[in-house]
Amino acid sequence: MTAAEAAVAVHGLRKSYGHLEAVRGIDFTIRPGEVFGLLGPNGAGKTTTVEILEGYRKRDAGTVQVLGIDPQRATPAWRERIGVMLQSSSLYPNLTAIESLRVFAGYYSKPRNPEEVVDLVGLSEKRDTRVRKLSGGQQRRLDLGIALVGDPDLIFLDEPTTGFDPGARRAAWDTVRGLRELGKTILLTTHYLDEAEQLADRVAVLRDGEIVREGTPSDLTGGAVETEIRYRRDGRDIVERTTEATRRLNELTAEALARGEELEGLEVRRPTLEDIYLELTAE
Amino acid sequence: MSLLGHEVRTEQTLFWRNREAAFFTFLLPIIFFVVFGSIYGDSHIKEEGGLRAAPFLEAGMIGYGVASTAFAGLAITMVIRREGGVLKRIRATPLPSWTYLVAVLVSTFVVFVIEAALIITIGRLLFAVPFPHEPFSLIAVLVLGALAFAAMGLGLTGYVRSAEGSSAVVNFIYLPMAIISGTFLSPEGYPPFLKAIAEVLPLTYYTRLTRNVMVHHQHLWSDLGAVGVVLLWGAIGLIAAIRGFRWEPREG
Repeated sequence: MTAAEAAVAVHGLRKSYGHLEAVRGIDFTIRPGEVFGLLGPNGAGKTTTVEILEGYRKRDAGTVQVLGIDPQRATPAWRERIGVMLQSSSLYPNLTAIESLRVFAGYYSKPRNPEEVVDLVGLSEKRDTRVRKLSGGQQRRLDLGIALVGDPDLIFLDEPTTGFDPGARRAAWDTVRGLRELGKTILLTTHYLDEAEQLADRVAVLRDGEIVREGTPSDLTGGAVETEIRYRRDGRDIVERTTEATRRLNELTAEALARGEELEGLEVRRPTLEDIYLELTAE
Repeated sequence: MSLLGHEVRTEQTLFWRNREAAFFTFLLPIIFFVVFGSIYGDSHIKEEGGLRAAPFLEAGMIGYGVASTAFAGLAITMVIRREGGVLKRIRATPLPSWTYLVAVLVSTFVVFVIEAALIITIGRLLFAVPFPHEPFSLIAVLVLGALAFAAMGLGLTGYVRSAEGSSAVVNFIYLPMAIISGTFLSPEGYPPFLKAIAEVLPLTYYTRLTRNVMVHHQHLWSDLGAVGVVLLWGAIGLIAAIRGFRWEPREG
């Protein structure tokens, strides 16, 4: 895939603030229609990267193409095609939910119907409530709605579900899946690993401004990663790590059967994305 | 054009919905006019050659009104929007920045014109102040004031760091300015040190212009020196705005 065909193509991207190197030469490509997750702890460079792609910040080095153009030379026509949900809420407190959507819909030439968007983000019952009377989670859902109301091709979601209760998170995930079905490209930053696992086709893990791992969520958890086997013997907890889980389990159970014992507390765990992430982002 | 209309309507809704701001910027000059006009409207000001106080106060309240709407109100609103991330959010939409800023200015001007019309009507009904004889100069003086003080208000935003502090900082500047510039009382009767401060303040010159047009029924351009000072302050505000206006919150 060439840079022109990709929804987002980033090569050798660098950005410093004074002496702090926030992004230290990263490369990644997002295909049209893909949900791409940018994972990492706070301060890893996620927001800096996203804000360069959104056209807010100038890079120090590297090339960036977003929907075929350099975001430093953003035009209104390009902005028609992108949707942005910032990391912190950015709303007018005295407008109602539906009015907020109408205001932003008015900036686009072919917006989605605000009535439909208010349903989509689950705010139908709060459509006529002023923003300042909405809960934090409801305000975030309205932020999400505003990011969608222009009917963009590429949507940036910067920590979209931070502060959501579990029900609202699942609803937001369904919304994102719905967008994916519509063929939208989504760049999602998150520090919730289950969110990345649930939503992203591919993820890149950022640490200290560098991509330390990239692939599908199952690439990251699969491969030559060790499986953990736990059991109890003679009253002691034993933890083994092995890349040959089947053989090792067969040995253990055969031994136990030969002795006529039960393998107490037997647990076999494949590492989750969370384990990998913690390992990758550990200092 | 429809984009500009959409944004002006949005700005109007936002302004009138924000009751506290609408009270302080829009209603307060009108209330002051009614209250002070009732107290000393019929007295005569010896420093102004025995002029009746009501028309003098009326033109002064137009000056106070431009400082509260175009300068103070606009500065506070824009700082709150900047720190709340709204300006940053708008930057990500196809709405061009200049369309947005023009809409904000047009909306500010609409509020100021309604305020001025109410003050002039109240002056006529309650205090028998005649309408200005030069309608063109009246419109011109309103446009001049709104543009110059809005430029100063936008220029000030770069020096205000937080939304919480914005009304304190702005009121600290505009309330003393309104008093020292003589919007309520004739600056001719001030002690010399206040007079010296008044002589550099833009509102002193702007109020002189509103009084020329509204009280003395002169043309706006009959005092080009005062027009020049107001424009100069507007230009200083514009330069400060170009250098210091930010779309994004100040982080950390």
